[in-house]
Amino acid sequence: MSTAFLQPGTDGSQGGAGMPASPELADVTRDNASLRRFLHGLSGVDQVGAEARAAALATRSIKTTAKAWAIDTAISMVDLTTLEGADTHGKVRSLCAKAARPDPSDPSTPAVAAVCVYPDLVATAVESLAGTGVQTASVATAFPSGRASLQTKLHDVHDAVRAGATEIDMVIDRGAFLSGRYLDVFDEIVAVKQACGAAHLKVILETGELVTLDSVRRASWLALLAGGDFIKTSTGKVTPAATPPVALVMLQAVRDFAARTGDVRGVKLAGGIRTTKEAVRYLVMVNETAGDRWLNPHTFRFGASTLLNDLLQQRHKLTTGAYDGPDYVSID
Amino acid sequence: MPSKVKTGLSRPAKTTPNKSTAVARQPATGERIAVRKTYKLYIGGAFPRSESGRSYPVYDRAGALLAHAAQASRKDLRDAVSAARKAFPGWSGATAYNRGQILYRIAEMLEGRRDQFAAEVAAAEGLSDSQAAAQVDAAVDRWVWYAGWADKYAQVVGGSNPVAGPYFNFSTPEPTGVVGLIAPQDSSLLGFVSVVAPALVTGNTVVVIASSQRPLPVVSLAEALATSDLPGGVLNLLTGSVTELAPWLAAHRDVNALDLTGAETGARVALAEAAADTVKRVFAPAEFDPLAEPGIARLGAFVETKTVWHPTGV
Repeated sequence: MSTAFLQPGTDGSQGGAGMPASPELADVTRDNASLRRFLHGLSGVDQVGAEARAAALATRSIKTTAKAWAIDTAISMVDLTTLEGADTHGKVRSLCAKAARPDPSDPSTPAVAAVCVYPDLVATAVESLAGTGVQTASVATAFPSGRASLQTKLHDVHDAVRAGATEIDMVIDRGAFLSGRYLDVFDEIVAVKQACGAAHLKVILETGELVTLDSVRRASWLALLAGGDFIKTSTGKVTPAATPPVALVMLQAVRDFAARTGDVRGVKLAGGIRTTKEAVRYLVMVNETAGDRWLNPHTFRFGASTLLNDLLQQRHKLTTGAYDGPDYVSID
Repeated sequence: MPSKVKTGLSRPAKTTPNKSTAVARQPATGERIAVRKTYKLYIGGAFPRSESGRSYPVYDRAGALLAHAAQASRKDLRDAVSAARKAFPGWSGATAYNRGQILYRIAEMLEGRRDQFAAEVAAAEGLSDSQAAAQVDAAVDRWVWYAGWADKYAQVVGGSNPVAGPYFNFSTPEPTGVVGLIAPQDSSLLGFVSVVAPALVTGNTVVVIASSQRPLPVVSLAEALATSDLPGGVLNLLTGSVTELAPWLAAHRDVNALDLTGAETGARVALAEAAADTVKRVFAPAEFDPLAEPGIARLGAFVETKTVWHPTGV
């Protein structure tokens, strides 16, 4: 089934999903052996080098006007997320209100990029976000484990899309990936992408379970080849989640993919990013690794809940000149 | 916020620096190499240097160099306030009896290192040995005195109130939150203990800016605190320039109360104004005598009265 998606022009949705523009890549998804050959043929990641590079990029000092820009940019890149078993419609509504106007006392604060919820709460989010320009994202495909039949996963996606989700966050089958059944993973992403229709697809690699940076690079390429609009680090339910070396490798993957195919895809970092300082470091990494064309919400996102409060507190600090406290932001 | 402030950390006016203590001597054969102490900050239960990397020389009353102390920056202050905020639920939630025991334990630790503190106070304040020992004794006694108040204060100022209705109505003092203190500038140890202990005993967590010119004895005190069951972050100590740090402390929106005992009279109005933006409690007594009987005024400065109307008999 995979080859059907590699014919140029068969897919009407944005981004040319599932059909690499470069003819040399059209062949790699022919069967599991060639996909394996391609993924294992990617140059290995120098782990020590990646860690050193990520650490070096974290030393940049971003101050004053640059910091103000970075904070506002980071706010506009946040996927404000609530993925708890205890989520209620009321909690989603209040989260949506916060997403549209993160700081009611300061209208110049930008809105966040999206609100991310479970599929059954999508309708509530869509209703609350109507007219705000904030997107509704939904996790699907038996999130967070991904342990369900393809049919169930697709049903999950259909549900979310029908309820109005404009972005779908899927999880890959890590078991299949780690045991080398790359084509199964590929076909699943392709099927989910098709089920998404016009909705953007973010493919969660769950890098904390992929163990090595080589696997992260292979999974990134696999997801990009299959048509994911974004590759995303984690579900947020597994530690380690987003770490600087992992982010570096994923940014390199989208950069290289764009260089080979001309197709610009995004990266979403999720899990464990709680402070403005970390967020700004990641923005530096995006700029230095992928390039400034990635520095916007269409191609780079933070999946977070507590990060937004810290961004707002730092924003207050810049506007009032006094250090801020948690009393001045909402508890979500 | 001041972008450039005079730190006021200059050498005392009448100085005749004693070079021999400032310059490292070459040890003669068989002589021990001097093991000098690094005086650091005390934030969140750890002893970091200033994030700014700064330090400043501290002199004795005769103008001889005693040591270099860490010169805290506004970011150290910010870290100290977050540490204090983080420690607040645990400390305020501890039983009054437990807090009293911990304060008493601090007195025990201090008593055991009496000679060390007497020597440091003597050097810092230029006192004779017996005068310094008296200061240390008074500081130990002050911890004990306030430790005793831990489970008694609520009985004195709280209680049931007579109301004309079917309610059991009672009031109880609760801690204000994170208290920022500017410690007295002259009395390095006793003055510090006299302002810090009453804020701690009722369940507040504190950020203290030590005396600029005489910070060394309380850095050693922090070492005693770290080994006396006082949870990390309950007391955070900054050394450096009061002039530089105090405006940031006063304006910090996550600080709930401000004690200006050690602030210069001329600076108090500006600090109180900065504090007013977030309606902090400001305690700025006109007089302060560390040797006087303390009384319970300081305990009352950093508590909020909670009154509960409990329906009865319906």
